[in-house]
Amino acid sequence: MASLSGTASVTKTANRRVRATSWVTQESVLAISIIVLGLVVSLINPNFVSATNISNILNNSSYIAIAAIGMSMVIISGNIDISVGALIGLLATIGGRLAVGAADGGYWIGWAYIIPLCVGVLIEGVIGFIVAYLRVPAIVVSLGMTSILRGGLILWTGGEWIYDLPRDFMLAQQQVLGVPVPVIFMVILTIIAGLWLRYSPAGRSIYAVGGNKEAARLSGISEKRVLMQVFMLNGLMVGFAAMMFATQFSAIQSTVPSGLELLIITAAVVGGVSILGGTGTVIGSTFGALLIHVIPNAMIFANISQYWQQAVQGVLILFTVLVDLYRRRRQSYGRK
Amino acid sequence: MTAIDPIVQHHERRNAIITRLLAQETILLVLTVIAVLVLASANERFLTARNLSREISLIFEVALIALPMTLIIITGGIDLSVGSIFGLSAIVLGFLWQDSGWPLEVAIAAALVCGIIGGAINGFFIVRVGVPPLITTLATLALYRGVALGISEARSARGFPDWFLGIGRGEFLGAPWQIWILLIGIVITWLLLSRTIFGRSLYAMGNNELAARFAGIPVNRNKWLIYVFSGFAAALAAVVFVSRVTTTRSDMGSGMELDAIAAVVLGGTSIFGGSGGIGGTLLGLILIQVLKNGLLLAGVRGDATSILIGIVLIAAILLNNFFQWLQVRLTANK
Repeated sequence: MASLSGTASVTKTANRRVRATSWVTQESVLAISIIVLGLVVSLINPNFVSATNISNILNNSSYIAIAAIGMSMVIISGNIDISVGALIGLLATIGGRLAVGAADGGYWIGWAYIIPLCVGVLIEGVIGFIVAYLRVPAIVVSLGMTSILRGGLILWTGGEWIYDLPRDFMLAQQQVLGVPVPVIFMVILTIIAGLWLRYSPAGRSIYAVGGNKEAARLSGISEKRVLMQVFMLNGLMVGFAAMMFATQFSAIQSTVPSGLELLIITAAVVGGVSILGGTGTVIGSTFGALLIHVIPNAMIFANISQYWQQAVQGVLILFTVLVDLYRRRRQSYGRK
Repeated sequence: MTAIDPIVQHHERRNAIITRLLAQETILLVLTVIAVLVLASANERFLTARNLSREISLIFEVALIALPMTLIIITGGIDLSVGSIFGLSAIVLGFLWQDSGWPLEVAIAAALVCGIIGGAINGFFIVRVGVPPLITTLATLALYRGVALGISEARSARGFPDWFLGIGRGEFLGAPWQIWILLIGIVITWLLLSRTIFGRSLYAMGNNELAARFAGIPVNRNKWLIYVFSGFAAALAAVVFVSRVTTTRSDMGSGMELDAIAAVVLGGTSIFGGSGGIGGTLLGLILIQVLKNGLLLAGVRGDATSILIGIVLIAAILLNNFFQWLQVRLTANK
């Protein structure tokens, strides 16, 4: 009896521990740190929380956040994709060229959005095929693809910028009910992808494949099909991200913005997506994308030399990963 | 009783030959020889001592970084921060010499120490804190590059003395300094990897880290060592690079990590760890550079080369997968 009640009380404290820690997810940690950071900086400079600046931050982080949704799925499935930066550059250029052509040739401007999306799905489909069916590690395939896309893009454009973009192509500069379009895309895509990952069988099987391949196979999940799906969805997200990226300024650079893929991976990782696969959410990655844009912006408002921005970003990644690691360890002790 | 069956013996010998023939190194060697022959016949300037020694000084930095990268990937790790350590060391060198007025010799030493510290920080987070290498070095990639930016504030150092510029542009015994440094690096890394207990234990760690731990291999110490080695190699490469290009900039070496990883993977070292070697990495480096240089001489633009390298990288692994499958089929004793 004594031992039984002892066990009961142990279970009780364990339960309390789990309950106490269950709300401390990476998402809430991120949300709180964004809010705290906002409060502190707004004490130094009240303009930081002005509507224009907040809308600015949201706007600038939206295409990273959208690409990070796709990246999160890829990482959750236990893979990685380094080629997204190059792909965004390519798709933006394709979109821009088509838009210029639409203004001249008179075909429908919508093709300038649809074709890049299709190309994105197609290229990521090729990567997915090589990874899933030909068994080449994703890091190697996407590394090779980066080289191919980067070279192909410069060969095609010769590094020329695209200037004379038609006004009706500028999707990212428009607003609906006062909210910038990229922000709407970011929110809607995050919610859809979040629900899909959490509740649909197809979404759950991505976690299964990333968490334990063998277990997933034994429960009747086709790893190959799941991986194809993941990479093609990633291509779709990269396509949306490229459209937001292409239409935010009145010119398109036509070269690959360097380091973009690392920024996207960072957003996912800061958002709590485990690089080992099997865990993470897209809400987390969207908050991650917000945080890595809030920090440099806050530094400008707090009057810190912008040369140190990237160093702070590096410290931030390490810090959030450490917090995540610490939290997970606490929780796994709590469960014991 | 224990007489070896001649048929079994014959089978074993045959299997060993097949395994050797179908190894990634052999495929690469054949590809490289074909590429060299085609390019040499297309252009007489290609196979000249002058062109080749110039090519080696161009590939030097990536090659030096690829050596420790091979060790790291063999253990199943990865180091994305080498390009940033490269940039940071270059900036530290220029800053201490020009802005702080340190003697150049001391500034060089400080740059090398900076690389070692950078590697040690990576090692600390990977070993002590248990953050996966990919994430650790992704974070320090941003961090080191950021510190380099912060220190330099977009300024650059110039006007180095002649003796220093001699390292990157001068010759020793009729060959560029880079060749000698690289040769020493290759010999040391090769000996370490294939002739020491330390080297063998790296393969064990890559195959099964837990088993390696239980076998009494000092897994943690070995990890520290290879990441520190990687940082040091990046810093050394940076010093020679600064001497060659005669200036320092904070964006130096960005993207270099991917070049090094591509060479290592092309060389047959598995990205999952446990197999590979220095010989393959060298072949990978040579093939990439031969393609770049040869196509350039043939008048093809550099961007097209980048496409070809990407295709070769994926195709080499595909071929390797195919040959491994073939090997299993051929060596199966029916």
